[in-house]
This record gives sequence, C-alpha cells and structure tokens, in this order.
Amino acid sequence: MDTQKMSHASSCHGQGSTHPMHHHAASHDHGEEGRMAAATMAKKKDDPAETSPEEEEYHSLMRKWWFAFAISIPTILVSYPNFIPGIRDILPAGSSLLWWSRVIVGLLNLVVLAYSGNQFFIGFWEGLKHRQANMHTLIAIGVSAAWIYSGVALLWPDLFPSKEMSEIYYDVTSVVTALVVLGLAMEIRARGRSSEAIKKLIGLQPKTAKVIRSGQEVEIPIEEITVGDVIIVRPGEKIALDGIVLEGSSSVDESMLTGESLPVQKEPGQEVFGGTLNKTGSFKFKVTKEQGETALANIVEMVKQAQASRIPVQKVVDQVSSIFTPTVIILAILGYILWYNFGPEPSAMYALIVAVTTLIIACPCALGMATPMSLTTGIGKGAENGILIRSGEALQVAKELNTVVLDKTGTITEGKPSLTDVVPTGGLSRNEILRIAASIEQGSEHPLAGAIVEGAKKEGISLAEVTDFNAIPGHGVEGIIDGKRVVFGNIRLLQEEGIPYEHLQELALRLSDEGKTPMFLAVQGEMVGIVAVADTVKEDSKEAIQQMKKMGLEVVMITGDNERTAQAIAKQVGIDRVFANVLPQDKAHHVHQLQSEGKKVAMVGDGINDAPALTQADVGIAIGTGTDVAIEASDITLMRGSLTGVVLAIQISRATMKNVYQNLFGAFIYNTIGIPIALGLLYPLFGILLSPLIAAAAMAFSSVTVISNANRLRKFKPKKI
Amino acid sequence: MSAWVTGIGLFLIVGIAWFFWGPKGSGTKAEMTASGYQVQTVKVKGAYSPDTVIVQAGKPVRLEFIREDRSPCSEMVIFNDFQKSVTLPYGEKTVVELLPQKPGTYPFTCQMGMYKGKLVVKE
Repeated sequence: MDTQKMSHASSCHGQGSTHPMHHHAASHDHGEEGRMAAATMAKKKDDPAETSPEEEEYHSLMRKWWFAFAISIPTILVSYPNFIPGIRDILPAGSSLLWWSRVIVGLLNLVVLAYSGNQFFIGFWEGLKHRQANMHTLIAIGVSAAWIYSGVALLWPDLFPSKEMSEIYYDVTSVVTALVVLGLAMEIRARGRSSEAIKKLIGLQPKTAKVIRSGQEVEIPIEEITVGDVIIVRPGEKIALDGIVLEGSSSVDESMLTGESLPVQKEPGQEVFGGTLNKTGSFKFKVTKEQGETALANIVEMVKQAQASRIPVQKVVDQVSSIFTPTVIILAILGYILWYNFGPEPSAMYALIVAVTTLIIACPCALGMATPMSLTTGIGKGAENGILIRSGEALQVAKELNTVVLDKTGTITEGKPSLTDVVPTGGLSRNEILRIAASIEQGSEHPLAGAIVEGAKKEGISLAEVTDFNAIPGHGVEGIIDGKRVVFGNIRLLQEEGIPYEHLQELALRLSDEGKTPMFLAVQGEMVGIVAVADTVKEDSKEAIQQMKKMGLEVVMITGDNERTAQAIAKQVGIDRVFANVLPQDKAHHVHQLQSEGKKVAMVGDGINDAPALTQADVGIAIGTGTDVAIEASDITLMRGSLTGVVLAIQISRATMKNVYQNLFGAFIYNTIGIPIALGLLYPLFGILLSPLIAAAAMAFSSVTVISNANRLRKFKPKKI
Repeated sequence: MSAWVTGIGLFLIVGIAWFFWGPKGSGTKAEMTASGYQVQTVKVKGAYSPDTVIVQAGKPVRLEFIREDRSPCSEMVIFNDFQKSVTLPYGEKTVVELLPQKPGTYPFTCQMGMYKGKLVVKE
C-alpha cells in the first residue's frame, strides 16, 4: 500500500510520473514503433468483423472436444466390454477381435492426444525447455502415462506379474482429454463474460463524428479528429470526444460515465464527455481531447489496470503456484512407489491409477483463477455504477473499513454555499454591509466569498474598489475600501485583530446552530455586522450516512467550519463525531489520529484540496466529476456526487472480497482434499480410491465453478439497508 | 522388481526437484540500442523465452512481447514490482517499458503465475 500511496501523493503535486497510468501512457510516447503497435492494436479491437483470438480458440477447443468425445465412446466400449450388455457377446474376453479392436482404439487415442490434446504437449514441451512446469505439464504427463501403460499392457501383457494388471486405460486418455478441453472452452466463455463491463465501456465511443471542415459538415472517423475541431451533435446522437460546448444547449445523459440517471444540462462553456448521449437539443463543441485521452479512455485504461492488479491475499496463492506443479509430480511418483510396494494386488495397477489421478486432479487452474476472476467482475461492476476502483488492493482494504471520514463541504453538502443573512450590528445599513463584504471578497477564491459576491450581485449592489487586499488562510480577508481598513472573517480573525466581538457572540451562535457560517465585518476596528452563508446538505446525504451506520461503520465529519455550524450539519445528517475548525493541511493529521486509535479509515473528499488526507487514509475515496486530478488522488473515485456511492463502493468491495474468499476456499479445499484422496489416503480406512475419470471431471469443472461463482457478482445489486 | 521401481522413482524425484528448482542458466542480456534503450524480444509460448533478461540499472528497458500462445492464461504479463500489467494481444508485438533503478531480480508472470520470467538488473 505504501508505495502506491506515495505515488498518489506525488501525483497530487502534479508529478504523476510514478503512477502506473503514466507509465502506461509513457510506453506509447517513446518511439515510432510503440506508437504504431498501439495504433494497430486499437484498430483491431474496434473491428467487429474480425473474430477475436479468444473466439477462435473457443471454436478450436470445441472441435477438439467433439473429436475426443466421439473417440471416447468406442474406447469405453472396448475397455469395459464385460460390463456392457450386448458388447459382452460381440467382444468376449480374451478374443482376438477384442484385442484388435483395442489396438485400433489405442491408435485412435493417439490421434486424440495429437489433435485434441496437442496444446498440453506443446505447453509441456515449451515449459520443459525453460525448466518450468505449467498447468499443461500435469495433464500431459497424466494422459500420456495412461496411454503408454495401456499400449505396453496390450502388446506385452507377459511383462506384468498378473493378468489383471495388464488392463488398458485408453478411456483415461480420451475422456480426460475431452473433459479438460471442454473445461478450457467453458473457461474462455465465462472469462469473456466477466470482462463484459469493460467491453461495454469501450463500445460506448462512437466510430465517427460530424465535423466542420472548411465550412462544410463532414462525417469522419474519430481517429482523424484532432484537438480544436468543431463537432456538431444532434438529438439522440452520442458525443464522440471530450470538449467544450461552443453554441447551442442540450441535456446530456452521462449515466454511462457517472452512474447518475438524471440528464445534465449543457450550456456554452461547459464540458461534454466522449461516450455520453445527447438527449434533447443540438449543439456544437470544440474538441479538447483526442481519442485515447478522453475521460472515457482514461477510465477504460484504469479499470483494465485495476482488473489486472493483485490483492495482498493472493500472495499466498502466488507462492503456492510457483512450487505447485513440480511438488505434485513428486507426490505422484511417491504415491506410485508406495502403492507399488505396499498396495493390494494388482499393485502396479493401483499405483498407476493413484499417480495419474494425482497428476490430473492437482491442476491448479481453479486456484490461479480464483482471485483474478472475482476482481475483474467486481471492478467491472463498480465501473458500471460510476465507481472507479483503482486497484484490487483498494477493494481488499475497503472491505475491512470500520470508519468513514466525510469532508463536509462538497461531500455532505453541495459545496455551493449561498448568502442567507446580513445582520447590521453597528451604524451601517444592511445594503452597505453587504456592499463592503462583497467588495472585499471579490478577490478571494474561497467558496464562501463566491456566495457573498453572488448574493450582492443578485440584489443589484455595485461593488467598490479594494486596495491592499490580503487573504489570511483559515481566518478571512483584509483590505482598504473607501480609504477605510476593512477586516472580514471568523472569530479567530477578530481575536487576532483585538476587535471586541463578545456582544455578538449570542447572535453568531444562533446562526451557527442553524447550520450557517457567520462572518464578522469590521471597519476601522469597529464591528459593523455579521454576514452568514450556508451550504445546503445534498438530498441523499442523510440516507447514505444512515446506511453507512447500519453497515457498522463509524461516520466522522471533518470540516474547517466552526464547531457550532459543524454540529448543526452533523445533527441534520445524523453524524455523532465531528472534527471542526480543521485547517486543510491538518485533515491528514486527523485521519492519522483515527488510525492510531486502531481504525481502518476511509476518507471521502472532493479529491483536490483533500489530497493529503485521501492519501493518508487507508482508502481514499474521491467525489470527482471525472477530472484527472480527482481520479489521480484516490483509491476509489465516485463519478457522481452523491454519498450513496460510498455505500455502494463498500458494498461492492465486501461482495467482491466475499466472492474471492469463496473461490479461494473452494479451490484450496479442492486441491488440499483432492490430492490426498487421489493419493489413496482414504483407501486403508474406507476403501475409497478416486478414478482418474472423476478426477478429470472434477478438475475441469472446478475451474468452471470458480468462474461461475465470480460471474454471480455480475448480478450484484446495491442493497437498501 | 520392487527395489527397481523404488530406486527409479526416487531417482526421478531427485531429478525433477533438481530440474525445476535447481540452479539455471544465466539468461539473455538485453541488447543496447543507439537510442539508449535496452531491448529484448520475449516470445510467449508455453513459457517466456528468454525467461531471464539481464539489464543494466538506471537505463530504460523495452521488452517486446510477442504472444504466440492462444491459451487465455498467457493473455497478460504482470510486473508486480513495477505495479504494471499489460494485456498481450495474440500474435502482435506489445511493448512494455520499464525503468529499473535498483539492481535486483524482478519476476514477471502471467495472471496465474504459471508462466514465469525474471528481469535481472545489474549495476
């Protein structure tokens, strides 16, 4: 987590080069070759007429399965003629007809190995060249051992001490091959489904757009559109690229990016995003990002990266799989030796069954796929709901959270405060107070300042000129208006200035209790009035916070506001613990304090000024609008403004991690129980010995089970608690 | 007979352990190009070949992966230490660029960790 955190921190300061996304982008920047490779890649992916390698592989595997299946039927008939009525009479035991039909079946099985099972041998051989064992190794050894043994038994039965031992096992060869190949084919199918979300996202971007070129409207492929081009969008059309509206207005459905179902009104000067759907009006916009650099492209890239990332719990799996295959081969040989020496008669036969079954049941495919499959699906599910989960690790940590710290402004509230009260307390009129307050705030970038300036404008008050303007962070502003020194800010500012304010405390407290932020205006060292602004609580904040509490999370509010205002808002939304009067740079410190109480903390903020706190938290959740900065600073980014996204993100994390553990449990149990049973551990007690056929079926379908379980996540629906 | 089976079996076990886990060859040294990149093509087919790429620290590395393996297991290569994972489209050259700063051994694997390779960074 630490290195990742650090890279987040550095990207907040505009140096994002340590981040994997930037690495990736960089890999396309260097050299002509890289660029061309990237370009051909993009084109191939977009071409729907071309069948994907996965699709080809699926069909090829299905052909292989049908062939192996067809050969399995006569193979079973000649392997067990005594058990099949009818065949019993045609192929009596010991007849030369049976012998010859077995020879033919043996040759057919060689074709099965060469055709249906060829990938096992190729993979086996390629691995062998590098002294590596892979998943093909076990199957290749298993099925060929069965085939060779059968051949020897058929041709030189006298080599075996007893007649029973010269049995043939061609059925193992063809049925195991058939089942494993079928399992692989089903795996490809299921894999495709688990990354559906990302395919949907890629499919959002239209292929062409109508551009104005030398005064003419022409439809051209989006690869040929450059920054600065003007695109025309009509009702019902998809917006091709990111840009800024020049003329016209419309409502745009951005749900594919944000998960927000309500359309967003777009006017000139506002941003539009590629892949979103224009609903009502026509407009022209200027392209600001080329294909591959749009918000959508970034999201697709990010989701892909996250889906391929690893989670800490997987380290165990990685270690297991690195020594797994050779260990299993060694166990199989040990099993053979033990059964041969100490097993019941015919001991060579039992020894072979044990060895082959062990090899086949041990294939770690299910184990290897357990986490990646669930991650892909869970992260995809998040993307569908406008929640960008940056890494698998974020998912694992999010599941363990027990505390959520919410930034007040912009997170719980709309972040757009408005003017509520102007209270004269000295000799000046209401309008005069508003005029001075608005004038001094003109130069300030504080959101509260904007509210006052806006309020004055609404009332038609013209503003005065300010000289010697100075903003005092965390306190307020000062300056000279009409030759008089004006200070405007909070109580701390008055204290510092030594201006008496005690007689106004009660009024200020009353305003604070209403959830408003009072600011004091003093001219020439005299208090003249209080101006209050308030930020409205978002519609669904209260409900989302209730849900978080019901999920067992402690909810904490953090704000730069004074204690009373903060408490008033906290009361409105049902938060018990509040950190008020927190300067922006101290937010991270408070998060750290909670962590030192032993809590796993999520920090939710708007992603830009909360960056240090987001980085400090175990999981940083940014409420963003699809802007790069917000995405960069967080572990999880909510594309829509609402706090219900936090609830959903934690729900998705919990569901995904539960799915991961189910898969891992299934796969581990399957291998840890399967291998000892295959080795015959239960035989001395219960006389149970696994047949290689059952092992093959179990092996093939364990992968499918893991994938289907992961696919269950696709049906995940956010719960109302 | 039984002594033979036991003997051959034990011999095989020792052989297999040595074969898969014993010391391996030194690997392939990446070629230094005029542009300052250390370039190495890595074929993906049942394994990575070469599976050990030797590079110098502090200089950019460009690994050109060519996937000739249809099995979906090989579709991705993961460099855990570099926080990087790259999808390898079948039959195409995919460039992975890295800048290893510290000497050491950095493994790269497929998604399941069955295909293994390593980047050996030397001073």
